[in-house]
Amino acid sequence: MRQNRENILIIETPEGIEFSLRLAGPVIRCLAWAVDLGCILAMSYILVTKIFPIFVVFGSDIISAVSVLTFFAMSIVYGVMLEYFWRGQTLGKRIFKLQVMDIQGLNLQLHQVILRNIIRPVDKLPALFYAFGGLICFLSRYSQRLGDVAANTIVVRIIDTNEPDLDQLLPDKYNSFRDYPHLAGRLRQRVSPHEAGIALRALLRRDEFELSARIDLFKEIADWFKEIVKFPQEAVDGISDEQYIRNVVDVLFRSDVKKTQPAASAHKSA
Amino acid sequence: MIIDIPKFIEAEKPYWEELEAILELFERDRDRKMDLAGIKRFHYLYQRASSDLGKLMTFSSRTGIRSYLETLVAKAYCEIHETRRHSRKFVPHKWFLKNFPKAFRAHIKAFYLSVAITLAGCLFGGLAVSLDPDAKSVVVNFSHLMGDPSKRVEQEEKNGITLSGGQHALFSSQLMANNIRVSLFAMALGMTLGTGTIIILFYNGVILGAVAVDYMLAGESVFLFGWLLPHGAVEIPAILLGGQAGLVIAGAVIGYGSNMTLRKRLAGISKDVVALVYGLSVMLVWAGIVESFFSQYHEPVMPYSIKIGFGIIELFVLAWLLFKSGADKKVEKAVEQ
Repeated sequence: MRQNRENILIIETPEGIEFSLRLAGPVIRCLAWAVDLGCILAMSYILVTKIFPIFVVFGSDIISAVSVLTFFAMSIVYGVMLEYFWRGQTLGKRIFKLQVMDIQGLNLQLHQVILRNIIRPVDKLPALFYAFGGLICFLSRYSQRLGDVAANTIVVRIIDTNEPDLDQLLPDKYNSFRDYPHLAGRLRQRVSPHEAGIALRALLRRDEFELSARIDLFKEIADWFKEIVKFPQEAVDGISDEQYIRNVVDVLFRSDVKKTQPAASAHKSA
Repeated sequence: MIIDIPKFIEAEKPYWEELEAILELFERDRDRKMDLAGIKRFHYLYQRASSDLGKLMTFSSRTGIRSYLETLVAKAYCEIHETRRHSRKFVPHKWFLKNFPKAFRAHIKAFYLSVAITLAGCLFGGLAVSLDPDAKSVVVNFSHLMGDPSKRVEQEEKNGITLSGGQHALFSSQLMANNIRVSLFAMALGMTLGTGTIIILFYNGVILGAVAVDYMLAGESVFLFGWLLPHGAVEIPAILLGGQAGLVIAGAVIGYGSNMTLRKRLAGISKDVVALVYGLSVMLVWAGIVESFFSQYHEPVMPYSIKIGFGIIELFVLAWLLFKSGADKKVEKAVEQ
């Protein structure tokens, strides 16, 4: 188990396979908590003002007592019940796509859920503002508040795995790199996922950059890829750095589609 | 490794989907049992997905497939590599009569320390009030305890009851919520290396000692015991148990004399801390009921002998619960050795 600079916890299984968990930082956790606090207050308000008065036949003293206990219990039971039965999630955590997990990536156990929730009053110090817990979370190696440290839990972000729409990003244009399948295969083999991601993200965000910055950026990335695999001069003649990156991304990410290039036959006949 | 990705995905997808279906069943029912053939198949699918992930790890494209496989392997890893015993279904009376006393006895030294800190506070509070009458206004910060004890006793005995009718349940619930909150706070402050826990225990002791000495010096010892014992016999030990839980946590955080990591030390005590918290919460619910519905009645309505006798019986029952209930002497001796 190790952690890298991007706040990702990497767990290595006994089978030698690694998978990563993205740790949630204090800010997003604070937002999720704000939603949960709103839920607790709303549920308590509805119970105390709308539901309990129905049972007024038992006497106002009993109703008042049940109201006091309900509000107190709700502040603890809400987190415990939801995190246990929703596999580490409360309503706030669901909205912000967070999940509580055991620090070793295992299932949460009941005592862990209880402990992390009953330690919360110390995290809330001073005066319910979570300054103490927030500071500990900020300084912690695994972004843990005190309750998480005590219960050996972490809060992770659930990442959507939607792939970008490459057909929109890379229209069906002739790609000179595909004329050299052995070099294209070598490119796929040598480029790391991280490098491929940088190229893809640069294309996805091209419109966010100023013109000069965009030219510099694509030149830098293209130079990097040119060092990895050298395509023959005729394959790169007359194409801009940005087009070079488009060709690279097309080779890396669309290896399974478009076996026949639309413009290839026209190009070859010309 | 160069692989034909579309062919690879086409070939492996049925296995991934089968694994996903099994994992969904686990998500719906965490206590799901599988037969041996099912377990073997599940393990095979997990290993196959792990192997597929390993193959795709070096492949730069298809980040979506890799993330999907990572999620799948992570979920299966949770189920397959979980070696801790599953938390058994929560049986309230079993937890109270067995798990709670066992946890108490397992950390008895922390309880004695909790008692010692509270007694030190009592001594300080008692001495402060007996040596300097002005100290009472500083130490005891409760309006109904600030006046002359004899006058209060006279007033209470004139009415025979402290609370007016129709307030018992509300008062009881406020006592329960407040006492449980204080005890949980004392426990949680164990994470501050026990500093906060010690301050809370000592402060509670100071108040208790100051009030007790104030009433004794005024010659109102019988009223004091009649008033405090019925609920205090359970409430005060419950707060001491909160302190015990806090000191247990502090001990694990400090880890003096242990060569285990912080994570292992905390994992080792977490179940016991939860059992102690459960036990003290039940005790404080009982104490809240007794304080509101019983302790507030005084002579001539309720003879002090009955109240004191009731408190002593509670103490004996509590002592039996904590020291004897759920005890398997042979096992506990073996653990000690």
